[in-house]
Amino acid sequence: MSPVSRRQFVAIGGAAGAGLVIGFYLPHKNSSAEVFSPNAYLRITPDNKVTIVCARSEMGQGVRTALPMILAEELEADWKQIEIEQAGASTLFGDQTTGGSASVRTTWDPMRKAGAQAREMLISAAALTWGVPRSGCTAESGRIKHAPSNRSLTYGELVAQASTLPIPTDVPLKQSKDYKIVGQRLARVDSLAKVKGEAVFGIDFRMPGMKFALLSRCPVIGGKVSAFDDKDSKKVFGVSYVGKISDSAVAVVADNVWGAMEGRRVLNVTWDEGPNKDLDTAAVVASLKQAASKKAANIYSAGDPAKTAGRKISAEYQLPFMAHAPMEPGNCTAHYQGGKCELWAPTQVPQDCRDSVAQAVGLDPDQVKVNVTLMGGGFGRRLEHDYAVEAALVSKAINAPVKVIWTREDEMRFSTYRPASLHQLHATVDGSGFPIALTHRIIAPSISGQKGQPGPNGVDPDLPDEAGPVYGIPNYAIDYVLTETPVPLGWMRSVYALQAAFALESFIDELAVAANKDPLAYRLHLLEKDQDLPYFTTTWKTGRMRGVLKLAAEKAAWDKPLPAGRYRGIACFGCFASYMAEVVEISMDGGQTENAQPKIHRVVAAVDCGQVVNPSILEQQIQGGVIYALTNALRAKITVEKGRVVQGNFDDYSPLRMDETPTVEVYAVSSTEAPTGIGEPSVPPVAPGLCNAIYAATKKRIRSLPILS
Amino acid sequence: MADITLRVNGSERKVSVAPEAPLLWVLRDTLELTGTKFGCGAGLCGACTVHVEGNAIRSCSTPVSQVAGKSITTIEGLSAKGLHVLQQAWLAEEVPQCGYCQTGQIMSAAALLAKTPNPTDDEIIKAMNGNLCRCGTYERIRKAIHRAASNVSASGAAR
Repeated sequence: MSPVSRRQFVAIGGAAGAGLVIGFYLPHKNSSAEVFSPNAYLRITPDNKVTIVCARSEMGQGVRTALPMILAEELEADWKQIEIEQAGASTLFGDQTTGGSASVRTTWDPMRKAGAQAREMLISAAALTWGVPRSGCTAESGRIKHAPSNRSLTYGELVAQASTLPIPTDVPLKQSKDYKIVGQRLARVDSLAKVKGEAVFGIDFRMPGMKFALLSRCPVIGGKVSAFDDKDSKKVFGVSYVGKISDSAVAVVADNVWGAMEGRRVLNVTWDEGPNKDLDTAAVVASLKQAASKKAANIYSAGDPAKTAGRKISAEYQLPFMAHAPMEPGNCTAHYQGGKCELWAPTQVPQDCRDSVAQAVGLDPDQVKVNVTLMGGGFGRRLEHDYAVEAALVSKAINAPVKVIWTREDEMRFSTYRPASLHQLHATVDGSGFPIALTHRIIAPSISGQKGQPGPNGVDPDLPDEAGPVYGIPNYAIDYVLTETPVPLGWMRSVYALQAAFALESFIDELAVAANKDPLAYRLHLLEKDQDLPYFTTTWKTGRMRGVLKLAAEKAAWDKPLPAGRYRGIACFGCFASYMAEVVEISMDGGQTENAQPKIHRVVAAVDCGQVVNPSILEQQIQGGVIYALTNALRAKITVEKGRVVQGNFDDYSPLRMDETPTVEVYAVSSTEAPTGIGEPSVPPVAPGLCNAIYAATKKRIRSLPILS
Repeated sequence: MADITLRVNGSERKVSVAPEAPLLWVLRDTLELTGTKFGCGAGLCGACTVHVEGNAIRSCSTPVSQVAGKSITTIEGLSAKGLHVLQQAWLAEEVPQCGYCQTGQIMSAAALLAKTPNPTDDEIIKAMNGNLCRCGTYERIRKAIHRAASNVSASGAAR
């Protein structure tokens, strides 16, 4: 499967659920008297060690804790005895892409079944060992107990017997009321190593004989190497190799990072700047406007907005390119040796790394081994496999293990970016000011399209997870106009949902203002009927959206007046099958002056993501998503001049710091529905919530991000 | 190239490096102390924070020659025995998400607490504002610093 179609598979598979994971269904050959391993996720050894395999990548979102919790619950394991093992690229687990807020929701069923399968086999093994009926045996805290005879055996003691048993395929699952592990605020398994500085991120991985490389890339998007002069680079102490490793990059290899940095600094490359040397962001924005009237693909339809009569209200919203900027800059370690290549990759896509590296260095995929390291943030940046391919090419060129490192400037300028987009919204409102028709036209380049996988009718396969309807408006259309840009595009936390929500939830606020109605009451009116809104493989439910709006409003005391000088805005949105509402409370530094800037004091966030697996991780993800989104809303903007990305470091692309950070309160709707996404859904309501608060404070409507541009 | 003697985490370490090389890369590549992180290379993010003579500095922007003979403490040497009170508080508040910036955060916080045992929110912000976190852990960091401060004053003995 090509890289992009794998990501599509996640997007579509999110709703389809367990079908993604094949490991559970494969007959497993590993069981023996020495190890009980009824499926690829679990191993129990006679010394009573219980190892759970995490087949998704840990980038801070807590999968190394949350996914094993799900299996351990059904296994009736003693959580304290669990060891976690990180899977590399494998054929045992189906698609291992970590993205689309999908890890919990797509492994919920397979992990539960894997645990239940082992539990049932261990119960049978104990019953056979004791010669008692199965019905008298129970699993509890890592032991099988037989109450009538007051006997018990650890799971380790049952390994030999359990390994001889047939593997059941249809196993009973626990009810949520009986959960002992799922739903608990268990400490993350990786925290201790992280506070001690012992956690090994991709950039920290070391191996004997390993060199370090930096690459010189053309500053103009799409440019190529014409020639290079390495005379000065080779004089730098420790530099051992300078060479062109692809059409567009020259590698400088040294014994340490500083040597490679210095060697690159004095390297003299002549570039063929190519077709984009005059590209600037203004042209990209203009192209969006020019494309606005082009034929669109309809992605959601109810009734017929064209046939409605009444007062018309329209507005246009615009968003810039943005960069992920994870704290750990790009890197990957590769060791190419003749007919094989091994990688140590901080990656969200181990299988894409395997396949792309195989192609780049001329191997079969099964000759490439990918080890997945910890990641210093991902946010979608590590859904690309550029780092891995570069490392493999350099390793092949120098015939030694090498770590390719990107500097912060590399990361900012040679990244992939959230697509810039334009949004045109039109409403027809009734006599009370409520919309009887709404159209939302999204004009944006396609991430997947740019990567050669445009999807049916040019509709980026990510849109089904991220740009659905919120309200049951009777005549409602969401249309998508595909545009093109040479600026490299990538999936960034919440992908298209940030753009779609900023436009829709700002516009709904404008309609509420035009109707002279309270923005919460206005939204609740639009959601008052329980309706199913089918959208691709998801069905959005107005009742669940109403639930999170009410919860956020209640916790924010929306019905009570704010102190003088404080203002608030509200917004809601659904993506990755979860429902989210947020109240943003601000004051304006500089009062009512022209240059007044918002100070954000408090964000109250309410989520409905079904069953919560770990409330502490949920809170982390929502707080983190809100802070990430505040940076997006306030300042995140990548611009291009003369074909070059302008921003370079954290001075001109400046994330939120502690002094700007509000209190973020997190509330979850109590639910026993299957879990849905949580890494991204808190992002989209932030920008509209904030801009709606700024409108409440200033009567100025912000229709273009970032706010502080 | 220059032969330089560093005092890192209480031990003398002789290194042969370019004198202008940032301390960060000498720590990471020469001494293999990888708990100190590379984030920006420009003193903008704080991921590379270490202590020199007890002061929090950005090792990515400090030439190694400047710290020859001075006492350098990295996250690996923050606590001689067991976990530092801040590391304990970081665990109690479940601060880390990706964790990449957290060693730098803890080093900045340790320098703060050494001089200001009971910091106010404003003092915490002033000391910590140079440390970026893209996972957005700031609120839990602030709570963890308060927790560590109150644990120290409760036990009556700062490390």
